[in-house]
Amino acid sequence: MDITFLLNGESVELRDVSPTVTLLDWLRNDCGLTGTKEGCNEGDCGACTVMVQDQDGNRALNACILFLPQLNGKSIRTVEGLASPTGDLHPVQQAMIDHHGSQCGFCTPGFVASMATAHLNGDTDHATALAGNLCRCTGYAPILRAAKAAESLPAPAHLSDFILPEILAGGVGGSQPPTGDTVQPETADELAAWYAAHPQATLIAGATDVGLWVTKQLRDLPQVAFLNRCADLQQIAETDDTLTIGAGITIARLIPVMDRLHPSLGKMLRRYGSAQVRAAATIGGNIANGSPIGDGPPALIALGATLHLRHGDTRRQIPLQDFFLEYGKQDRAPGEFVDSVSIPKQPDRLKCYKLSKRFDQDISAVCGCFNITVTDGTVTDARIAFGGMAGIPKRATHVETALIGQPWTEDTIAATWDAWAQDFTPMSDMRASTQYRQETARNMLSRYFLDDLGADVSVQEVRA
Amino acid sequence: MSVTKPLPHDAARLHVTGQARYVDDIPTPAGTLHLAFGLSTIPAGRIATMDLTDVRQAPGVVAVLTAEDLPFANDVSPSAHDEPLLSGGTVHYVGQPVFLVIARSHLAARKAARKAAISYEETTPILTIDQALAANSRFEEGPRIYIRGDPKTAIAAAARVIEGVLELGGQEHFYLEGQAAAALPGEDGDMLVHSSTQHPTEIQHKVAEALGVPMHMVRVETRRMGGGFGGKESQGNALACACAIAARLTGKPCKMRYDRDDDMIITGKRHDFRITYRVGFDDDGMIHGIEFNQMTRGGWAQDLTLPVADRAMLHADNAYYLPHVRIESHRLRTNTQSATAYRGFGGPQGMVGIERVMDHVAHDLGMDPVALRQRNYYDAVEGGATPAPSISGKMKDNCTPYGQPVEDFVLHGLTAQLLDSADYAARRAAVDAWNAANPVLKKGLGFSPVKFGISFTLTHLNQAGALVHVYQDGSIHLNHGGTEMGQGLFQKVAQVAASRFGVGMETIRITATDTAKVPNTSATAASSGSDLNGMAVKTACDTIRERMAEFLAGYFQTDRATVQFADDTVRIGDEALPFAKAAQLCYENRISLSATGFYKTPKLAWDRIKGEGRPFFYFAYGAALTEVIVDTLTGENRILRADILHDAGASLNPALDIGQVEGGYVQGAGWLTTEELVWDDKGRLRTHAPSTYKIPAFSDQPQVFNVALWDGRNVEDTIYRSKAVGEPPFMLGISAWLALSNAVAACGADYPALDAPATAERVLTTIGKLRDGV
Repeated sequence: MDITFLLNGESVELRDVSPTVTLLDWLRNDCGLTGTKEGCNEGDCGACTVMVQDQDGNRALNACILFLPQLNGKSIRTVEGLASPTGDLHPVQQAMIDHHGSQCGFCTPGFVASMATAHLNGDTDHATALAGNLCRCTGYAPILRAAKAAESLPAPAHLSDFILPEILAGGVGGSQPPTGDTVQPETADELAAWYAAHPQATLIAGATDVGLWVTKQLRDLPQVAFLNRCADLQQIAETDDTLTIGAGITIARLIPVMDRLHPSLGKMLRRYGSAQVRAAATIGGNIANGSPIGDGPPALIALGATLHLRHGDTRRQIPLQDFFLEYGKQDRAPGEFVDSVSIPKQPDRLKCYKLSKRFDQDISAVCGCFNITVTDGTVTDARIAFGGMAGIPKRATHVETALIGQPWTEDTIAATWDAWAQDFTPMSDMRASTQYRQETARNMLSRYFLDDLGADVSVQEVRA
Repeated sequence: MSVTKPLPHDAARLHVTGQARYVDDIPTPAGTLHLAFGLSTIPAGRIATMDLTDVRQAPGVVAVLTAEDLPFANDVSPSAHDEPLLSGGTVHYVGQPVFLVIARSHLAARKAARKAAISYEETTPILTIDQALAANSRFEEGPRIYIRGDPKTAIAAAARVIEGVLELGGQEHFYLEGQAAAALPGEDGDMLVHSSTQHPTEIQHKVAEALGVPMHMVRVETRRMGGGFGGKESQGNALACACAIAARLTGKPCKMRYDRDDDMIITGKRHDFRITYRVGFDDDGMIHGIEFNQMTRGGWAQDLTLPVADRAMLHADNAYYLPHVRIESHRLRTNTQSATAYRGFGGPQGMVGIERVMDHVAHDLGMDPVALRQRNYYDAVEGGATPAPSISGKMKDNCTPYGQPVEDFVLHGLTAQLLDSADYAARRAAVDAWNAANPVLKKGLGFSPVKFGISFTLTHLNQAGALVHVYQDGSIHLNHGGTEMGQGLFQKVAQVAASRFGVGMETIRITATDTAKVPNTSATAASSGSDLNGMAVKTACDTIRERMAEFLAGYFQTDRATVQFADDTVRIGDEALPFAKAAQLCYENRISLSATGFYKTPKLAWDRIKGEGRPFFYFAYGAALTEVIVDTLTGENRILRADILHDAGASLNPALDIGQVEGGYVQGAGWLTTEELVWDDKGRLRTHAPSTYKIPAFSDQPQVFNVALWDGRNVEDTIYRSKAVGEPPFMLGISAWLALSNAVAACGADYPALDAPATAERVLTTIGKLRDGV
């Protein structure tokens, strides 16, 4: 397909772009822009971070798992384009020098791109913004000092005056009819029609998962639809009763909504991947790929979510929990795609506990989401769902049954002991053993109970 | 003078603008070819059949090489000639290079490398320490043993005896820049190699062997690495040799870089250890006798396993005087990646052993673990004074188990200062009070000192060369044998050069390490970079300076003693010339303005078989106090605060040294907490990417992080009386592991005996044992 975008302020038009060429490879191999580095080629180290700007704002993204068609109509800034055209360093660049924030320097361009993006967005939560950038030399302390030092300095003008309208208005990168094997539909209707006719195709939203099919499994993708221009899949609709989240909503856009409705989920989503991953990954992708260790589905299942699927013009709804049939198998027909997911509005009783070897930028060993209603001291409803405990995201139905109707006490929690074994027989792998998963899953119910009492129960809340 | 100033890294501006070039960033000529290895999929056995047809026919493939196609030496080992570039038929681990793809792109090479059809005759692999011991699979004829005194009798006579075992995991380097090399064929058989290596001379040596040419036909250049940490001391040999061979065979420039997963699967890591101990001590906590048994998996090839294991033995005392001691060391051969150098080079493993013992003894006695450590410290002797009587009243001979006198033991004063600045006593009480009040979240405090020996234990490696030119315009070209991997070596050495000539830093041009400029260099390793190369550069600078001074004194008819170099000016009696003018005048009067410098570390004498002598020129010291919080429902934990005081002697650049201390601490804490290498029972490494192998991330830095340098100077005559700082701070991270142990200990009466890495799972499992009283 043909695309147009801005690269460091200059317009770029590319014709017949292969759908699986990553921005990183193109920058390094075709443009000679070698400032952006390959550290892991899977979106886990952040050395390839670039700034991407569009009508939705400024995002830091991992260029190693970003395919060129995803950039159609956007503006990209690499580390080479952060200093002003006259050569004045960006404030975060100068601060990194002044505070000794680079040692070997290999991670530095990615850090600088993440820091410049956060700086432009006025984001001073540095630990969250930089969780996706690994540094092996400094121990991060001088980078934190640099980020703080640059907070109060103004962002350079050249980063905010990119000419997006010119890009959106036309050039070869404008709207293209969805025909052929690589398409970028503009609407869900276009997508539905094309996908029904190409049911074996791969749908790519954020590419944080499919990207690895290409960079690690070295797969070819003969038919691809890029979903990032389907604006109607990127809507959040809220009524008095229901919150409907379009499949194309990124995790980053979901966070503020959840901060308001279900703050514990909002908090957990800040540990979903990294800033770069959350800015690309969509809730639809997180559901549709069927991973047993995705962090979205357990929380949504605990909230009683409904999944909205579409095939051509045919739409259907199912409880989200029923979508996951077994490991690697979902209730989705060829050519059918996730349109949206909706959750009933409800009083907030949700708590989400993500357990991983490392706090940030790590896949859950166990992700436990608890939504337990207590009325006058008695459990009247319980929806508990887990990731990492089975081949699919799965509800703890026996535990729920053991709780409902019982007094909300430690004794009741202790009495669920046997139910856990009926619900889950998790595997052992490099992330956790069977026993550890079983034990911590149980303990998370105790954690929920303590949380409910208002006890100070997370190590993350404790200050030195 | 430039030395002692906290100047930024010389390449900082290049780093932040993306202009700093690493091997894969160097523009290559059109037609450059790209390489990838095909890897074995079994841990042990023989290749029965190998069909590479699909590999050869894959798009973009130019050639495919196997061991039979290699024209000369099929060996990339640093010493023992036991590490073929490509398997000659026998397979020793999952991930061993078996064939080499030469293709038109990196991606084409990677894709083709997966298309081989290979069948194997598998044999039973030796994967674990227990399997290796049972099979007597090892690198030396038997265990190496160092003994001083009569530990058996001393332990038997001691008031109290405890014993224990510690499992200690390895560590992936995770340099952000993966291994990379490029080879450009020159005329008449010359070969230029760009390599991301800590050891350009070894690359030159191995490439020359691989090409069957003398070393003078191979030139290796290394401007910088994107991190090394020991992982680029020997592990770059395979890529450089592959590139050179492919370049020779095709006549084209060839480049190779490992994809991250390949890098982690192919290359060696830190040695994991099992350490058992038996210690006899008295009621005051004084150690009377101790026995260690250190067992380590060296992987399939010898690589640097012997000196790594030696250094683990040499640091089994850490900061403590051990009157009667026996250290036994088993260097085991296993069907896993060949374990290699990693920051500390065995020292950290040896040190963790004795720190576990100190922790265990303190718990056994109910004694404050810091006080117990202070009691067992070597005696305070600073500046070579006679040892003072120890706290116990007995005179310690203050010699290490291998007989080296400890002549500047600063840890008594350093520890006192740290405990004071970190408010230890009050925080100890606060932690105890917290733990009494909180059933779920437990806090812990951990203290650990470091005494780390500085010098290569292979004595002949303690040499370095430098090449300095002063041009007629007064600008200075600086070169030496050390390599830059982020530690700031180039900047420190440039500061030395600027100080010798009394010029500003802008006058000094730092240049890439180049085997054609300075030959026969040692690896930039063992923390020796600035000690060795700083001295060599100083010598070269002083040679030129002396020639200039002598000439200028004569020219202006004044006394040589009046000539001074300072403030970009040369003062000769009453005359004052800008340095550039002085250089021009010297040039016009035919004074040689170029010189080499050479340095070899004095005083070393070491017999590694007997375990006696002076392997180290001096020791570097430091201490850390870490506070953690642990969730007893999940084992999750955080470092709340770390306080560090570290001895860098008279620091050449305090900013760079503090950077080494902060970074070393976090890397050391990572090793002992979240960084877990997992192999399955088929010998496959399951943690071969950052998605599964977790180095510390941004939020894992201590919430409060107070780092300071000890105000001291080296008693030995090192470059401006500084001390080496690359490795020693790594071991400060041990305090984080001890803090976790301390927090876990609040969950029960027994000693936790926490293994490493202390992942959240291991912490919770250990808590479970304590709560069950098992």
